[in-house]
Order: sequence, then structure tokens, then C-alpha cells
Amino acid sequence: MIEIHNLYKAFGSQMVLNNLNLTVRRGETKAVIGRSGVGKSVLLKSIVGLVRPESGSIKINGVEVTSLNDKEYNKLRMEIGMVFQGGALFDSMSVGDNVGFVLDEFMALDRKTVRDRVRDALAMVGLKDVEDMMPSQLSGGMKKRVSLARVLCMEPQIILYDEPTSEVDPITAAAINNLIIELHDKLKVTSIVVTHDMNSAYKVADSIAMFYRGQVIADGKPDEIRNTQHPVVRQFITGQDRGPITEDENLIFGHVK
Amino acid sequence: MLEFVTRAGYIVVDWVRYLGQLTVLWGQTCALAVTPPYKGTRSLIQSHRIGPGSFVISALVAFFVGMIIALQMAYQMVQLSAEMYIPNIIAVSLTRELAPVLTALIVAGRIGAGIAAEIGSMVVTEQVDALKAFAVNPVKYLVVPRFLGLVLMLPVLAMLSDIIGIWGGYVICVFKLHIGHEMFWKMTFSALKMKDIATGLLKTIFFGMIIAIVGCHQGLTVKGGAEGVGKATTTAVVRSFILIIMTDCLITFIFYFLLNM
Repeated sequence: MIEIHNLYKAFGSQMVLNNLNLTVRRGETKAVIGRSGVGKSVLLKSIVGLVRPESGSIKINGVEVTSLNDKEYNKLRMEIGMVFQGGALFDSMSVGDNVGFVLDEFMALDRKTVRDRVRDALAMVGLKDVEDMMPSQLSGGMKKRVSLARVLCMEPQIILYDEPTSEVDPITAAAINNLIIELHDKLKVTSIVVTHDMNSAYKVADSIAMFYRGQVIADGKPDEIRNTQHPVVRQFITGQDRGPITEDENLIFGHVK
Repeated sequence: MLEFVTRAGYIVVDWVRYLGQLTVLWGQTCALAVTPPYKGTRSLIQSHRIGPGSFVISALVAFFVGMIIALQMAYQMVQLSAEMYIPNIIAVSLTRELAPVLTALIVAGRIGAGIAAEIGSMVVTEQVDALKAFAVNPVKYLVVPRFLGLVLMLPVLAMLSDIIGIWGGYVICVFKLHIGHEMFWKMTFSALKMKDIATGLLKTIFFGMIIAIVGCHQGLTVKGGAEGVGKATTTAVVRSFILIIMTDCLITFIFYFLLNM
């Protein structure tokens, strides 16, 4: 379970998360939606400890993580897998070495066991015979799937997805969505999926939270979000170019001028 | 005038802050280098990239520098009929100063720039974040092997440059100035002291540390995209050059004047 209370993060004078509150229950898949720059990725990085918030609380399975030192955080990180937006595959390593990275680093396993586990992880994401390829030889969708396979090798309890369906074709996006659902059903992992893709959010999520101005302005089941009358959420989910979000931004720009 | 003083003050403060950051990274690297688990393979891979990869260019430069010293010295020494002392000058100037410094500058340009670009692009593409997310310390994983590789290989390269540079001088002395083969080696070895070779090689250990720490620091602190990586690469080379020359001056002062060895 992930519990976030009054999380505040700013980069210089730019406030990103403004006393944000969010709860993700054990085994739940929560989609986080919102415009670019509202702090969705910062939230994921705060959970995994890549970004330290100025104030507020993040509890993972009851443990307050904001006060952990690096050594304590590293233990927790072994239970959290993060799928980065661009895959973040290590480009000097083959696909096989990327997927087996954590096994090589932390577990004293023989080569054959590592190879078998790498092959199993790749098979779970629908890839085979790619172990010897280099990341530069993969398509965008394949990179994301390899990145997910790398996370699966860790057997994490929590998976954080940063825009898993961005920059991929609709068919690959559907395959990735199915994969997220499958992992949720089979492995019962707790997941947060940051996305702009509403089809993906409706499909994979047990609940959807919308971020706006550094806060959660709506949190509910996919159908509740789909049928909401909240003007800001409606503009975002229907993709209208006019509405409260753009008016607000124009106002802000006007004010700055 | 006030503006000039203010600007100079900012530059000094920036450099002090920068040297502080380098010192912190150096301290972390040294501590992590002796902290298990030890992954020797990574240091060997880096040593292989640094050593054999830089040998040809540093050897070529050292050979020609040896020849140039001989030719420049000949221009003066022949007038004094003192050309037999040219091998002494070649041996001492190469081992004490030129081979270590030139090798370090070549490696800073070739390897230091590469380190900054490689780590910088890893930062930009979130690979360094991925390392942290997998509970891997980027300093241990990225900096320590490069640091050890450079500290290990730079003295080796400098020693080879010493030898090859002297052979460059030999070519000019024997074939152009007609100093006898035996006389050349006799004069070379009579001038060389263990201290010259040792202090020259000791310098390269410090130079190796500088190249590794400056390159890695520039890479790890990259901001922005490709432009940031390019800027970090250039900065790594420029700052390594400055720090190598400053350190060379400091070490020379310590060894030859302060300790009067």
C-alpha cells in the first residue's frame, strides 16, 4: 500500500507538487493522469527516492520513506520496479544483460539460472530471441517491454510505469496494456501508471487520479472519471482545446506578461 | 573596476565550490573503491579502453617530442660543442615532465571527454536514474571503475612514453648529430636518477585521478539534452587541462623545492 500525505516539491521557484494526497491500496492499479508538467513523473521519482520532497509523507507498506537514508532506501528499492518513459535501458549492454542486471548485481546465481530467468521474463512480455541484441537495435515498443522484463526479474511488489504507452503504435500500446493487466491479475502487484493515454487509463486502472496544479482534483473508478461533470477533468479526458485548463493557463500567462 | 572585482570574485567562489564538489566525489570514490562487493571486471574493461586505446597516440607524440627536444637542443648545444649532453637533457626532461604531462593531456582529451559524454548521455536518458532505482550506487558502478582504470593505466602509458620519447631523441642524436650509440645510452643513464622516473610516474597517478573525477563529475551533473552533454564534454577537457597543469606545478614545487629531494 502506498499512502501519500501533503507531499510538497518545488524546483527552485517552480512548485510542482502542492500538498498532494494519494492512496494506492495493495494490489491496486492506479492510473495518474494530467497535463505535462503537473508532477506525475516527479511523484513516481519521489516514491522510488530519486527525488526528495521538501515536505510531506510517503508511506510504503506502512514505512515512512522520506526519512530513510540511502542504505535503508536501497533495501526498499528492491521491492519497487520502475519502468521509465524511454525505457532507460543500459545502452552499453545487450538486452539479456539489461534484463538480468539486478540478478547479476545482487544475487549469486550461476549463468544458466540467470539466462533462464531472463528468458522467462522476456517471454512474459512477449519477446524471444532478443537476448543478444543491443538496445539501439530495438523499436520503441520493444524497449518498453524489455524495460518491463528487467523490472519483472526483480519480482517487485510495486511497479511504477512512467507513460508506458507513449511513442508506440496503437497495437503495441494495446499489448502493453494487456501486459499491465496480466501482471496485476497474475502477480497481484501494486501499480501506478502515469499516462496521458485515456484509453490506456480506462483499460488498465482500478482507479484513476487526475493531477492539476500539483494536487489530486479527482480520484475514482474509471467509469466515475469517464462520467464526471468536473469541468477541468472533462476538458482533459475529452481533449478539448478550450475549457477551464486552457483558460487558467492563459490567465497565468497574461498575469506574467 | 568594481564590476571586474565582483566578476573575479564570482569566478573564484565558483571554482572553490567546484573544487569542493570534486573533493567530495573523490572521497566517495576512494571509499567505495575499498567497499565490497568488488567488481574487478569493470575496472579491467575500463583499463583496456584507456591503456591499449591510448597507447598509439601517446607513443607517437612522445616519439616526436623526443625528436623535437633533440633538434631544439642541437641548435644551441652545437654552437657550444656540447651536443654530447643532449641525451641527458632528453632523458631528464621527458621522464620528469614532458612524458607524464603530455600523456595525461592526451588521455584527458581522449578518455576524459569520452567519460563525460558517456555518463552525461546516461544521465539524459535516465539510465543513471535507473541505476539508482535498482539500488545501485552510480558512483560505485560508473566512477570507481573509470577512476581505478585511469590510476592504473596512466603511469603505464607514461612509462612507455618515457621509453619511446628517449628513442625519438636517439634517432636524432645518433643519425643526425652523429653521437655514438654507446655514448647516447651512457649519457642517458648517467643523467637519469630513480627520483626522476618515480616523481614523473607519481604525478600521473594524480593526473589519472583528476581526469576520472573531472570527467565523471561533468557527466553526472549534465543538465539539458544533447547540448548539455556537448558542453559537459568540452568543460571536462578544459578543466582537466587546467587542473593537470596546476597539479604538476604543485607537485614539482613540493618534490624539488619543499622536500628538496
